Amino acid sequence: MELLTSILDHINYIGAAALFVIGLYTVLTHSNLLKRIIGINIMETSIFLFFVSIGYVSQGQSPIIQLSETTAIYVNPVPSALILTGIVVAVSITAYALSLIIKLYKAYDTLDYFEIMEKSQEVSSND
Amino acid sequence: MSKLLTILVLAGLFVILVGSILRMPSLGSIDNPSYNETTTYYLEHAVEETGSLNVIAAIITDYRAFDTLGETTVLFTSIAAVISVLKSKSKGGH
Amino acid sequence: MDDLIVKTITRLIVPFIQLYGIYIVLHGHLSPGGGFSGGAILGASMILFTLSFGLEEAKKKVPHRISMLVETGGILWYIGVGMIGFISVGVLWGNKIAGFDLGEPGRLLSAGMIPLLTLAIGAKVASTMITLFHTVIEEDE
Repeated sequence: MELLTSILDHINYIGAAALFVIGLYTVLTHSNLLKRIIGINIMETSIFLFFVSIGYVSQGQSPIIQLSETTAIYVNPVPSALILTGIVVAVSITAYALSLIIKLYKAYDTLDYFEIMEKSQEVSSND
Repeated sequence: MSKLLTILVLAGLFVILVGSILRMPSLGSIDNPSYNETTTYYLEHAVEETGSLNVIAAIITDYRAFDTLGETTVLFTSIAAVISVLKSKSKGGH
Repeated sequence: MDDLIVKTITRLIVPFIQLYGIYIVLHGHLSPGGGFSGGAILGASMILFTLSFGLEEAKKKVPHRISMLVETGGILWYIGVGMIGFISVGVLWGNKIAGFDLGEPGRLLSAGMIPLLTLAIGAKVASTMITLFHTVIEEDE
């Protein structure tokens, strides 16, 4: 069918969209704080996959220039060079979020989102 | 109940995303809009202008070296943020 | 943790991992890799050492002063290489314009300022990973 060949031609992009929706479901449903951070990481990974797949050329080689062949087709190097910065920003945000979770655990002794909200409202209504 | 509603809304989002993905040019075609004069310039002139065989290393350290400086600053800022959160002494506790 | 098998295997494997990481950082302009992946491999080898031998031993190998020096030295080295071009010609981070010797493509000592910048990035990423891990683990005890 024409729809099936069309889906197989865009399989990387559809995989990236599926990963994004899975990550969003993980953030919205679970109440544990660590699982939400993992969901945000899954969403970021899907965006990296989507962006790097734009530069793929079929029957192209990786962009290390070989001096002995003058007519060779290379893969587009520009999206890969742009995503390198994005990966570093994602790692930094995850590190900062995890350090905030450590401080929250020390203050409230639980990692559940709803229990933390109850305890903080209890404390603020007692003052 | 609310879980079912979440699944319905996310399935609708997935259908909208796939509907607009199927209009993109197919994976791996060489007449992508992103394979333009910038890419052919980088692939042709990288060896004679910078002398390195790795085109991506030539892009991030020679043609666009300023963006790599910004990224190094982001790494440094993340270290400063983590240390300032974890090594502060709280004054009194609950 | 105090397992004998993990300690012995770690003691055997960590030099090879670091040699591989240094190889990827040094050949950044000839083969795939570069500063970021090589720095991540070097950081991962020290994290393996910390996990199997404990925090006290790892703090003797990489104390806080050395990782602080490497981190700030990496940024200053990166900016210094840029300032060489700025002072002589007027262009920040110029390679051929500012007088760096390009050499013959394909050899190890070629491509002007690209190996210098790759070394700075590799050192910085490795020391970032080690410092983050030691800070988070120290909070636990």
